[in-house]
Amino acid sequence: MKVLWFHLMPYQDLPADFKDKHNSVWVDIDPGLFDPLRGHQHYHEYMDQLEYAAKAGFHGICVNEHHSNAYGMMPSPNLIAATLARNTRDAALCVLGNSVALYNPPTRVAEEMAMLDCISGGRLIAGFPVGTPMDTCYAYGQNPAKLRDRYYEGIDLVLKAWAADKPFAFNGRYTQQRYVNCWPRPVQKQPPIWIPGGGSVETWQMCAERSFVYANLSYFGHQASMTHVKGFWGEMKRLGKEPNPFQAAFLQFVGVAETRAEAEKLYHEPANYFYNRCLHTDPAYANPPGYTSEATVRARITSQVLRAAEESRKATRSGGGAKFFEEGHVIIGSPDEVAEKLLNVCKEMHVGHLLLLLHFGNMSRDLTKYNTDLFATKVLPQIKHLYEKEWEDHWWPTGMPKHLPKGAAHAKSTFATAGVAAQ
Amino acid sequence: MNSIKERIVETPAGPTRVWEKGRGKKLGYLAGLNGLPKWSPFLDKLAETRRVIVPSLPGYPGGPSSEPLDTQLDWVLAARDALVAAGLDGADLIGASVGGALAAEVAALWPKSVRKLVLIAPFGLFDSETPIADVFAQRPGQTTVLLSEKPTDYAGYLSVPKEGDAGEWEVQTLRAHIAAASLIWPLGDTRLSKRLMRIMAPTLILWGHNDHVIPLSYARRFAEGIGAGTKVKIVRKAGHTLEFDEPKAAARTIDSFLSS
Repeated sequence: MKVLWFHLMPYQDLPADFKDKHNSVWVDIDPGLFDPLRGHQHYHEYMDQLEYAAKAGFHGICVNEHHSNAYGMMPSPNLIAATLARNTRDAALCVLGNSVALYNPPTRVAEEMAMLDCISGGRLIAGFPVGTPMDTCYAYGQNPAKLRDRYYEGIDLVLKAWAADKPFAFNGRYTQQRYVNCWPRPVQKQPPIWIPGGGSVETWQMCAERSFVYANLSYFGHQASMTHVKGFWGEMKRLGKEPNPFQAAFLQFVGVAETRAEAEKLYHEPANYFYNRCLHTDPAYANPPGYTSEATVRARITSQVLRAAEESRKATRSGGGAKFFEEGHVIIGSPDEVAEKLLNVCKEMHVGHLLLLLHFGNMSRDLTKYNTDLFATKVLPQIKHLYEKEWEDHWWPTGMPKHLPKGAAHAKSTFATAGVAAQ
Repeated sequence: MNSIKERIVETPAGPTRVWEKGRGKKLGYLAGLNGLPKWSPFLDKLAETRRVIVPSLPGYPGGPSSEPLDTQLDWVLAARDALVAAGLDGADLIGASVGGALAAEVAALWPKSVRKLVLIAPFGLFDSETPIADVFAQRPGQTTVLLSEKPTDYAGYLSVPKEGDAGEWEVQTLRAHIAAASLIWPLGDTRLSKRLMRIMAPTLILWGHNDHVIPLSYARRFAEGIGAGTKVKIVRKAGHTLEFDEPKAAARTIDSFLSS
């Protein structure tokens, strides 16, 4: 199994009365709540944490894209990934991802991801989310009636731009470009494609049909996601595809301590901050017409964003609550307990890539380091062998070729050597 | 006894439902945000003195799919095609809300195709100082409150009929909203302001006094854009869906304008 350290990059200073005084953490979040000086601290601290995780032995580090959102301060995950590419050596860089429908032309995504793959030396995982309604339709004004179709076309354009061996004209429904010519080109001919998704029937079908990784990003633990992940595996079975667990990924919040009691004490506050402030969203922004397809409406699948919004309002009315531990939204406990639970979750869902939020909410720097260290030293060794013998991971970055062609080398070391020589 | 007749006409966008009732001069109606899932008391009232003809627009109940439509030109042609196929070329025309934006386009681009024009709180313009409400960002159950001064009655009108299939009804409603979004997302500005001055038909602008979607000030903007002689009437106790909120008052005002 591959384990990735994922950061949402939440803003940590939302006021205690945020739910009472503000409408939503997303879309119409009060700009006055953002202190750029805190932003400066947050970004550096968070990038330090991702770099630390890469050194601590996690297989990959992961960033994602949100807009007008106080729990996800990465409108451009590519900016963060670019600095991580410079300061890490071996870990996969999982950009989960770029919402291709938001870029005009989507060729921009092909170019930036190719840059990241070059800078990192072939370590990029390319994620293509359709994007939440808040990010795409409300914050970015995309028409929900056309979003999904635009998204599919964008993915086609990006993949074609990477594969083409000469400039080509693209005459799409949404993008017309006379000369598509992706310079630079990725080190990996096609970086692994991961699709973050929830309960959209079309996403299951696309991942199954096109051999993309289905990455279920859940804030509510594996029970809530089981129907979705089963939907994906059902689609794989329908198409007669091999059920390789590495074609699936799952996101889980985790808090490790010496004992469960200790973990409850340590992680209650950051979990409470996340679930009761960061997820305070307005249901009005959850369901623009056309975002959810007819097929998904017919299948009666409730979206995670709508659920988050509804739960957030319910919790307000009932005065809070800490169901996040009991219901497994956050898995906590001693290293052995956490390892056992995670193995069960991954086996039950049949997933080979585990995305972990070991920082969440307003977790302090020290606690994040403690959680990361404990996980890396005492949990990771117990779980990383799962599926490794039985299955091959076809969705993992290749890195640089084993035998570099003559004259090729890591640019960084070449420059450093030259610098020393010049002195 | 007059009853509602239904026929299906062919248009380039596909088979299109046309509902009809009444005798006399032809009067077309292009419905608003939710389309026309059922016949309405407003149309009954108009049908007392006129032959009311209602073609469905793409995506709306009774209409062909709106999925292939990309641009404003596609939508305007689809509206024009539906009106011609329904036999409404040269007739009087009412357009409400989203249907109003398209009725205005047809009257602007084919000036002889509309004898007299009635626009009920049409979309198509946007003023940053007095923005249109976001009808697509409403909490569950709140949209009817935003649209209508009689939200319970209006919700009842939109609800699945006793003999209907609730699931299919939900999908039909979703399709109507997708069609509306396809046309007016995100602001409702279809750049109609560039074409309003081309409207030659005598025009009546009707606005609900309590329209919480498109502010009353837009009535004046439309009237100024279309030009001299445009009449504006405000209907009291009515919201954005004024022809549902005050069907008698709306029909009476329209009848008087068309007869003058």
